[in-house]
Amino acid sequence: MLYDALIAPFTEFEFMRRALAAAIALALAGAPIGVFLMLRRMSLVGDAMAHAILPGAAIGFLLSGLNLFAMTAGGLIAGFAVAILAGVVSRSTGLKEDASLATFYLASLALGVTIVSIKGTNIDLLHVLFGNILAMDDQTLLVVAFNATVTLLVLAVIYRPLVIESVDPLFLRTVSRAGGPAHLAFLALVVINLVNGFQALGTLLAVGLMILPAGIARFWSRDLTVMICIAVVAAAVSGYAGLVLSFQTRVPSGPAIILVATVLYIVSVLFGRVGGIVRQLFPGRHLEA
Amino acid sequence: MAQLTFHNVTLGYDRHPAVHHLNGEVARGALVAVIGPNGAGKSTLLRGIVGILKPLDGGIHLGGLDARDIAYLPQSAEIDRSFPISVFDFVGTGLWRGTGLFGGIGKAAREKILRAIASVGLNGFENRPIGTLSGGQMQRVLFARVLLQDASLIVLDEPFNAIDSKTTADLLALVKQWQGEGRTVLAALHDMEMVRTHFSQTLVLARGPVAWGPTAEVLTPENLMVAMRMCEAFDDSAAACAADDARSRAA
Repeated sequence: MLYDALIAPFTEFEFMRRALAAAIALALAGAPIGVFLMLRRMSLVGDAMAHAILPGAAIGFLLSGLNLFAMTAGGLIAGFAVAILAGVVSRSTGLKEDASLATFYLASLALGVTIVSIKGTNIDLLHVLFGNILAMDDQTLLVVAFNATVTLLVLAVIYRPLVIESVDPLFLRTVSRAGGPAHLAFLALVVINLVNGFQALGTLLAVGLMILPAGIARFWSRDLTVMICIAVVAAAVSGYAGLVLSFQTRVPSGPAIILVATVLYIVSVLFGRVGGIVRQLFPGRHLEA
Repeated sequence: MAQLTFHNVTLGYDRHPAVHHLNGEVARGALVAVIGPNGAGKSTLLRGIVGILKPLDGGIHLGGLDARDIAYLPQSAEIDRSFPISVFDFVGTGLWRGTGLFGGIGKAAREKILRAIASVGLNGFENRPIGTLSGGQMQRVLFARVLLQDASLIVLDEPFNAIDSKTTADLLALVKQWQGEGRTVLAALHDMEMVRTHFSQTLVLARGPVAWGPTAEVLTPENLMVAMRMCEAFDDSAAACAADDARSRAA
């Protein structure tokens, strides 16, 4: 019975195995990026960027129909353009990055919706907005895995300046010029992972598998490495459980994954070791030191 | 021999000067206090020295020092203490010059970090997240990082603000030790008694230099009064600097 509910969908159906592989790839790369987005107080920047990739994906769709490569390339170009423009404007003018990004992403979103409305149908619009991880073919899965690998490699390269810039940006500026490039590379990784998530979850939910696991991790640890590990596990569990939920109940896969992550988030808010509500209400006896 | 030379330097933000037309030299191995009221430009000057802020005009020469040979202790408000990083890892960033992007922290480096943490009296705090430290403990952590940087020029921005007298005495002893080792130290300070007692040179700043020289000669009631009278000079519709016009005409 349990086997039929939890395992059989993946042993019997190839599209479920591909979806699970994609969800794990998204978790491995997207969750660490989400942790840094949250710690750098850029959670909503990720959401804004998710909208910013829309016109590129829409142009890809306009030129090649529902061709995932064209849409991915377009999304990457649009996302990079917005990320880099916002980053450059913010760093050269002192304007806060969120304000700078808000301008670019709104323009980008307006452009994207206009483009989709020129040629698209309601089904196309649904695909763009919510994705479909169950419809992933081998080639798309390879793109997702490739993007995840690139993310982990680049993150390893920029990890140290990214951490120092997050905690003490002035110090980093006195010892190295790596802060600027690391920040831009990080924004690029945000875009890559949004495009990755876009294939599976659509533009509206792509950021979900990045930010929700990061929020979950924050309630369980004060150590960065542990937080990243928890976020990856939470994202992978959400992916797996969301797929099972979707398979068994016919709920769309993207929202199912994000809903599972939301349940984990609520559990963490309530029972988390670090700042959880129950822990605050019933802290136990005070310690000696 | 000069470690630092200011050539008619003007520093500021968006064309508005915060430090105007500063000239002078800091000798190698000097211990210099930079004093002045809030808004006098002390932090701006220090940021200019460490290269975070480019001069609007003039220049700052570092006597052949590489930028990485300067240690900077920022005001603790500039640090995001909610970030999940331990005391050990935070202090370890002081080894950046040796480790860079990829260098590992080997056994020798670990011992250096532990020694630096012990030197500031924080034995046993190595694994504590910095967010759980008191203000004084955090200041000790910042000093430990400066220790690790092993720099020739040390720039401290209000290093003794809001900390108790024991911590102040301990950290001041470190500053004196650095000077004894021949390092040049500049510190923005507010405690006049401390400046009078421990700092041989003083720069009184009030958006421009009021006085600069031996502390005993500079720290007079008259100079302090001039600095205190410093008026807020920010003006969105200000004309271009007349002194700069005169200089370019002379040239």
